[in-house]
Amino acid sequence: MKNIIEINRLNKEFLNPEAERQGESSLKVLKDVSLSVSENEFVTLLGPSGCGKSTLLKLIAGLDATYEGSIFLSGKDLRSNNVPVCYMLQKDCLMPWRTVLSNILMPVEIKKGNLKKAREDIKPLIDEFGLSGFENYLPGKLSGGMRQRVALLRTYLMEGSIMLLDEPFGALDEITRIQMQDWLISVWERHKKTVLFVTHDLDEAIFLSDRVLVMSTRPGTIIKELRIYFARPRSRDMVLDPKFNEYKREILKLLSEG
Amino acid sequence: MKKSQNTGRNNGRADLLPVGIVLAVLVFWQLIVSWGDIPPYILPSPIMVLKALFDEKELLLTHTLATLNEALVGFSLAVVLGMIFGILMGYSEPFRRALYPIFIITQTIPIIVLAPLFAIWFGFGFLPKILIVILVCFFPVAVTFAQGLIKADEDMDQLLKVMGAKRWQAFRKVRIPQALPSLFSGLKIAATYSIMGAVISEWVGAKSGLGIFMTRAMSSFRTSVLFADVFVIIVLSLGIYKAVEIIEKKIILRKYNIR
Repeated sequence: MKNIIEINRLNKEFLNPEAERQGESSLKVLKDVSLSVSENEFVTLLGPSGCGKSTLLKLIAGLDATYEGSIFLSGKDLRSNNVPVCYMLQKDCLMPWRTVLSNILMPVEIKKGNLKKAREDIKPLIDEFGLSGFENYLPGKLSGGMRQRVALLRTYLMEGSIMLLDEPFGALDEITRIQMQDWLISVWERHKKTVLFVTHDLDEAIFLSDRVLVMSTRPGTIIKELRIYFARPRSRDMVLDPKFNEYKREILKLLSEG
Repeated sequence: MKKSQNTGRNNGRADLLPVGIVLAVLVFWQLIVSWGDIPPYILPSPIMVLKALFDEKELLLTHTLATLNEALVGFSLAVVLGMIFGILMGYSEPFRRALYPIFIITQTIPIIVLAPLFAIWFGFGFLPKILIVILVCFFPVAVTFAQGLIKADEDMDQLLKVMGAKRWQAFRKVRIPQALPSLFSGLKIAATYSIMGAVISEWVGAKSGLGIFMTRAMSSFRTSVLFADVFVIIVLSLGIYKAVEIIEKKIILRKYNIR
């Protein structure tokens, strides 16, 4: 299988002012991170807060080019190429003055694409994302889970074959989060995209992923790769499976060892 | 539904409070003048002011129209200029650093000094009045708009960057709509300044206007007419303020759903 994301011996330091506050000349956030994600794989980075997982995603998204090591996306070196990706943050970043539909179409609008065609194309997706009938609502009228689905559909419309999701459900309450996970996994199993997902929620990581990469505290490095052998399509029942708890126990042990 | 009705009633009560206070002050004022035997050229009673307002209504109307014209033309030009410079300062850091101190300096020059100076330079016509109004109204518009524009949402910026947005695109599609509430608070401040600016500019000399009418009333000790003049100024200022507020609520905030 082809590797869509290929990262080799990545190191990342922050210079001032963050480092200065810590009383050091620089702050090492990522140390010797190597990972690869193959096509249509769902991989999760799991680690304590401040372990640099969000920073890693920002580097892959091309938002920061000051790193050592290499990042290859679809075989192209990120240093010399601009590779578009789909990127989503914990904050939904919806524009309150734009309707659901016009928020979703934002990436097309930015790229000066064919809005009319895009509007037709996404009709089935709007339905699938549970947003039909809400196209002309303003985001302020929607629940947190719905807003995240709007943001996710907007992310889906960003061009690029890689989806980088940075704690997309982190701001939701427990029940909504579980519903969103169930929904995300069913959508993903139908559409299959390459996903690199960031979370600090163990259940979320195991439930969603093909592989979980466990990261250490700062400077973040990948301490263990766990392949999750649960068949797809997955259902919520799997969290009650003893095997699920095995994975959980193993991750907890790794995290407590740092 | 019930809840919104309740808040509506509460708002109504809160709105009535200042009206009640003003009424109480007016009654108190009337009583002091009537009982204290104060000469009308020192302090006319509210009823006398009302009478002056009525007696002088034709003259007042002509002068009001002159002042209103200056204020509205000046205010409109100030809004256009203020928004242009607000955008320039909001978009370009060097521009902001170059212009901002200069704008602040213009605000420290007393208008009382500028008004006669402008009269010397530009005569007693329309132009010096407009310039004064622009000068007082421009600053709040430009500064509040610029401040609204430079307020950054880092996550939003990064997301747009990943989408491949050019800087100007991000500015136009996100920053400008985001800055509208700030712009409107500046517009409201400018609105209240506009009439005052016009009146001050008329003091030093004008063919007509509430400012020149005011000085005439003052020099002839017709204090009740002076008060009537001030009353009109208050009403005009509130009117322009209210008009801006209505535009803000009805058009912009409803459309953009900010705040």
